[in-house]
Amino acid sequence: MQHLLLNAYNDILESIRSRWFFVYSFVFGAIVVLLFVFGVTESRIMGFTGITRLLITYIQLTMAILPIFILITTVRSVAGDREAGVFEYLLSLPISLSAWFWGKMAGRFVVVFLPVFLALVATATWGVMKGAAVPWAIFLYYSALLFALSWCFLGMGMLISTIARSADVAQGAAFIIWLLLILFLDLILLGLLIREAVNPDLIVAMALANPLQLFRTAAMLLFDAELVLLGPTAYLILDNFGHTGYLLWAIAYPLGLGTLCAWVGYRLFRRGDLP
Amino acid sequence: MIQFSHVGKRFRRHQVLNDINLTINRGERVALVGSNGAGKTTLIRALLGEYVCDGKVTVSGLSPRQNRREVLSRIGFVPQLPPPLKMPVGQLIHFAASLCAADPAHIESTVSALGLDTDRVRRQPFVKLSGGQKQKLLIAIALGRDCDVLVMDEPAANLDPEARRVLFQLLAKKSAATAMIISSHRLDEVASLVNRVVEMDCGKVVLDDHVEDSVDMMSFLRCELKLVRAEVAFANAIDEWGFVTIDQGLSWRGEVSGSDRLRFMGLLSRYAGLLKGISMEDAKH
Repeated sequence: MQHLLLNAYNDILESIRSRWFFVYSFVFGAIVVLLFVFGVTESRIMGFTGITRLLITYIQLTMAILPIFILITTVRSVAGDREAGVFEYLLSLPISLSAWFWGKMAGRFVVVFLPVFLALVATATWGVMKGAAVPWAIFLYYSALLFALSWCFLGMGMLISTIARSADVAQGAAFIIWLLLILFLDLILLGLLIREAVNPDLIVAMALANPLQLFRTAAMLLFDAELVLLGPTAYLILDNFGHTGYLLWAIAYPLGLGTLCAWVGYRLFRRGDLP
Repeated sequence: MIQFSHVGKRFRRHQVLNDINLTINRGERVALVGSNGAGKTTLIRALLGEYVCDGKVTVSGLSPRQNRREVLSRIGFVPQLPPPLKMPVGQLIHFAASLCAADPAHIESTVSALGLDTDRVRRQPFVKLSGGQKQKLLIAIALGRDCDVLVMDEPAANLDPEARRVLFQLLAKKSAATAMIISSHRLDEVASLVNRVVEMDCGKVVLDDHVEDSVDMMSFLRCELKLVRAEVAFANAIDEWGFVTIDQGLSWRGEVSGSDRLRFMGLLSRYAGLLKGISMEDAKH
């Protein structure tokens, strides 16, 4: 455990020194600042006001940016380190492979989750300072969603890094996975529905298996309890899961998927050549 | 102590190690030589448990794959190419010391003995150090802790003569209780350090021979050189060995590590036309 924490701490310091971390933190900080500057908190469109509107917008933007950021930085850093010979040296030191892998994952999780979470905290702090009503339940749920989404894509990133033998291949694979998940949000699913080539239940199941879609629907469900925006699909979701059930599923599934990916990555890492 | 039994390794269609059988005992200092692609690095990585391979690799009966921590805590490793670590020197020393349950102060004193001022570079990123400084630090991390197996890939390649002399002394202190594998492309680079030579070619051991072990690694030679005329190029070269002139560049005095005598002769051979007299006398510390 001591070695795991040591490796996690080491990875956090290593990430903080990297340029990507500054870009990453800057992007999420800038999003919050821009949302304030452009008066999102003042808008009254569709009934969302103040901090609530800002949180919705922030969460939607985060959904678009966070996964690709986590995937690319993780695979570049992990696969890049292996390619550059960092693994050859550091893995010659007496550290267990579990402490190495999970320590790296824990350290990386801290650096990918903290900036996003702190931006969310900054929003709530601003609301409190301005005397606005901060929707704490939504704030907490969004924090949990961000936690789950970060863990999910970090797990995927670790798996890709383990399988791909070069940083370029890992980066390409990460980009393709992200693109597929984005396409399966709407475009491909809509196309399949229109062509009536596939059972609609299967299409809904595909949507439910996509962590990005889960994240989006769960974020929506907090404000649109009947999921009117989704149309008939809402019946299927609410009948099978229920309101609370779906909110829990939207957190449990990405956490499970991320853990599964990381675990498979760890097993492959243990079994194969390390450098 | 170290046992390779029918060790083979294949990368796709390329057989990199082919039925290697090798036993290395405590007190043996093995030069692992061979051209590029001979399989030296793969063999070392198999020993460090970094590669999955056919056959069996053991250190005192333990597999480095199954008993990573037990085995690796006994192995000090110096890679040929220093890793591009961004962490500062101080952090690297503490990180390695914590993993190896070693005293960071001992590693730091070894760094200092090798001629690197730890306090000056403590906050510098490892990757920003010069080649020689990186080498000194990695050697200090390997030698500044308790280990009974030393695996070094071209350890003296980037070192200045003074640091080489300290390295030879450090190795001499460990030589009786340690099994050493020193990898190099060229035998003459490591010949004076070893008492056994293993040559590899195309993934096979093609030569396994014991060599004369009469050079005391702690010994040094007192040298005096006389030149026919003073020469700037020679002065620069001999200055790196810590020699001082006693009469405006015509005579030079200094000391050479016993293990470094071949290398020193190599330097002198480049200036053979300048030399009027050479005196080398074996001395004990």
